[in-house]
Amino acid sequence: MLLFAFVVLVPSARGVYYAFTDWDGLSPDFSWVGFGNFTDMAVDPNARQAIWHTLVLAVAITIIQNGVGLLLALGVNTMIKSRNVLRVFLFAPAVITPIVTAYLWRNLLGPDGAVNSLLGTVGLGSWRQDWLGDPQLALWAIVGVIVWQFAGYSMVIFLAGLQSVPKEIYEAAAIDGTGPVRRFWWVVRPLLAPAFTINLMLSIIGGIKLFDQVYALTGGGPGHATDTISTLIYKEAFTLGEFGYSIALAVVLTVIVAVASTSQYFVLSRNERAAS
Amino acid sequence: MNRYRWRTFALEMVMIAVALVVAFPIYVLVNLAIRPTSDTGSPIRPTSSPTLTNLTQAWQEGGLGGALANSVLVTTASVLIVLAVSSLAAYPLARATARWSRGMFLLIMLGLILPFQLAALPLYQTMRDLGLLGSVWALVLFYAGLQVPFTTFLYVGFMRALPRDFEDAAMIDGCRPLEVFRYVVFPMLKPITVTALVLNAIAVWNDFFTPLLYLSGSDQQTVPVALAGFVGQFVSDWNLIFAALVISIVPILAVYFALQRSIINGFAGGLKG
Repeated sequence: MLLFAFVVLVPSARGVYYAFTDWDGLSPDFSWVGFGNFTDMAVDPNARQAIWHTLVLAVAITIIQNGVGLLLALGVNTMIKSRNVLRVFLFAPAVITPIVTAYLWRNLLGPDGAVNSLLGTVGLGSWRQDWLGDPQLALWAIVGVIVWQFAGYSMVIFLAGLQSVPKEIYEAAAIDGTGPVRRFWWVVRPLLAPAFTINLMLSIIGGIKLFDQVYALTGGGPGHATDTISTLIYKEAFTLGEFGYSIALAVVLTVIVAVASTSQYFVLSRNERAAS
Repeated sequence: MNRYRWRTFALEMVMIAVALVVAFPIYVLVNLAIRPTSDTGSPIRPTSSPTLTNLTQAWQEGGLGGALANSVLVTTASVLIVLAVSSLAAYPLARATARWSRGMFLLIMLGLILPFQLAALPLYQTMRDLGLLGSVWALVLFYAGLQVPFTTFLYVGFMRALPRDFEDAAMIDGCRPLEVFRYVVFPMLKPITVTALVLNAIAVWNDFFTPLLYLSGSDQQTVPVALAGFVGQFVSDWNLIFAALVISIVPILAVYFALQRSIINGFAGGLKG
């Protein structure tokens, strides 16, 4: 508990304090600037863009990753013979170090990378792109990489939820003549509510805090096209020496995470109660 | 609905196709890592003359041996400390009244929500003042503090569901409290310990941002930081970089495939919370 206070609570509190100063990280003297850092941020196009990118990434990742994860879970949770092997393989990317997958994809998505070669081979040569070099595409390329890595993770959690659905209920609905889609919507979906809560929480918080993959894939570039709050925090502090400003950004990040996770928690736990 | 029909077969084929798409990047990774630099063909064609020179060269020039040793040390030490402290701390918390635990729960939720970026810079300063920058022990200290609350939380939830009868019986037989914990309670905690072990080990092993800050500029590196340095050094020599990536992935995937059942159940189980 003391350690927790030492490495998390006390530094966080000091962080909030520094957010209102012009501290440069080195000198012992710095002055109070009030909300100066925050008003700077409001007019700093990089910061505004970074906040926007962070939100887009978090929402896109949450929707796509959980959508894919749910489909995979439904597919694996059937009579198919390869289900156990598939489960192991589809989850595997989730245990690989994120920075490693990011470097791997940086090459695959490059102009001469494997993705373009593959498109050429299957006759879609016209789809070839400089995926990470194009400001319009780079953000979506990052979403794709995250989904590739963590869809299996969502799948495993949905799968645990699906396996707790009693077979009898499902079969009863089938005997009553309910089709597969309606069976899913009216029988399975409500029982998956806890899995939804966990998955959405994890992916939205993970998406907002995203750093490793952006750092390794694009470094926030081209230009500032993929900068997120986290990468901007790092740049401001360690390449520009603007520690006060950097920490003010971290405060904004904290507020976004807090708002997103508490509101989500309340909405979803209400749904959970309604479903049970 | 329990029969294997043509539709099941079609689904099976679709799922296998999906798995192949997911595995495709790994195939390219290995393919590029083992092909000689002279082979400049398409990255998706299997190389005609596989070689191990990239792997040996990456191993020698990347300082990966030292980084692997550091990563193993940091992960093992952090996880052991976290598990020992958390399980011990959870025991009285789970058995005591609820007044404590509510405040504790809120504190932990706070810890989960606060992004590390907020604490990172002030802590950086503290670590520097303590002379711990560049030392792997700073990382162990950090992870212990960061992961203990969450792990304790997992343990408390699990312990509440355990019956007290065994502990009472052991007490009556004359066990001291610590002995009760060691011989009676801890063995019953095995499922949640596996979960905690898996979640903590993966979180610590894969973390990049913390060692990037606290070890930068020193000769102590963990695997993710060593890789980032390596990529910076051999910018476009992708065969060599991929060889380094392969070296770093092999231990993780080996452990994963060996223990896949516990690992997957660990992930799914702990998060049911």
